[in-house]
Amino acid sequence: MVFFSEMDWHPVILSVRVAIIATIIVTCLGVPLTRFMARKEFYGKDFLEAAITLPMVLPPSVVGYGLLMLIGKNGLFGRILADMGVTLVFTWYAAVIAATVVAFPLMYQSAKAAFMSVDLDFEKAARTLGASEVRIFFTVTLPLAWPGILAGLVLTFARALGEFGATLMVAGNIPGLTQTIPTAIYFAVESGKDVLARTLVVIITVFSFCVIFWVNRWAKKQNY
Amino acid sequence: MLEASLTKKLWHFTLKVELQVDNQILVLLGPSGCGKTTTLTLLAGLFKPDDGYIKLNNQTLYSSAGKINKPPQSRDIGYLFQNCALFPHMTVRQNVFYGLKSKRYRQAGSALDPVELLDSFGVGHLIDRYPSQLSGGEKQRVALARALIVQPKLLLLDEPFSALDRKTKTGLRQELKRLHQQWQIPFVLVTHDEEDARFLGDAIVTIENGQVRKHSLNVVSA
Repeated sequence: MVFFSEMDWHPVILSVRVAIIATIIVTCLGVPLTRFMARKEFYGKDFLEAAITLPMVLPPSVVGYGLLMLIGKNGLFGRILADMGVTLVFTWYAAVIAATVVAFPLMYQSAKAAFMSVDLDFEKAARTLGASEVRIFFTVTLPLAWPGILAGLVLTFARALGEFGATLMVAGNIPGLTQTIPTAIYFAVESGKDVLARTLVVIITVFSFCVIFWVNRWAKKQNY
Repeated sequence: MLEASLTKKLWHFTLKVELQVDNQILVLLGPSGCGKTTTLTLLAGLFKPDDGYIKLNNQTLYSSAGKINKPPQSRDIGYLFQNCALFPHMTVRQNVFYGLKSKRYRQAGSALDPVELLDSFGVGHLIDRYPSQLSGGEKQRVALARALIVQPKLLLLDEPFSALDRKTKTGLRQELKRLHQQWQIPFVLVTHDEEDARFLGDAIVTIENGQVRKHSLNVVSA
């Protein structure tokens, strides 16, 4: 192993930063959307649901290609952004977008199951006690769905941390700028830097293991 | 005084009920699946009727003609759910205080003491327990306290004895009757048990397949 002091820590820091931001975005968008989807029936719901889940089953290269069509220099939104002087591709923002899109379905699935498992009578009881819908969400629904949402959070973070294919296509592999742990490992192996590759593999494995282990332990204590 | 006339099309039949109850106990009696619980949810505003009206103390809560449909939050109706629906992540104290923290109640002002109320139901010593640590009868009492602490103008009870053993049930039945005399508000109670209906009901409405079969006044009230 290389000595930690000599190592380039950029990919590690960037990976964690991308994963944390993507997890925050997925949580803030995903939890309210999922709550809505779990309680309401409307025309086109099945279609929307399939579309949300799609990035989970598609090859990451397809997701990456799709993202290029949207935010690439000549993409649908990319062109508008370019007019405003903003470029997303091959910046670390693109890595966040890729991680968000790929990890979103995991949060959606976990949170949906969690919300569906909350007995509707609790919400009804809160309503007859005069609680507003917002208060019901934060004091009844969310706390009761919390273990499932926490599971979604862990999966989202892990998936975002490990995102490779789509990230490579939209953010590239620019050392110090957009290189994450997974892309760094790939290119380290390809260029024969076995020691670096091994070190990064150990770091990401130990880190992911610790996060999942700690969250699971904590969730166990939260059960009623 | 509660007056209601409601129609709701359900998938297997159309529910049609007409109710009128002063400060009495009205029992809705009938087999499971006949539309009793649905009637309670319509009254409480948890489910929207197709047609009709609901008036409580001359205040219109729902009227299809007048396009009025007050949300459950502002109907002043207490609801005792069949499974109690005590919030499992809150202690007895937090459950009972939940309704007191609502904006509407805080504005109304006048207050009962939750601890005193729990004491009067014989569950004051359980105040720091979680619902999973309570027996069926204790849960019912806590749920009753939670529903009454906000001083509703009508109390709906959905099969309050279904999960209780015989001894607990007989005790709670008598307590309910006493409670009703004390509170002087209409109670609408759903049961499938004729004995409970005869013991508690000042008036009994028998429902079958969504239709009212029989209105009867209970003369041999215990």
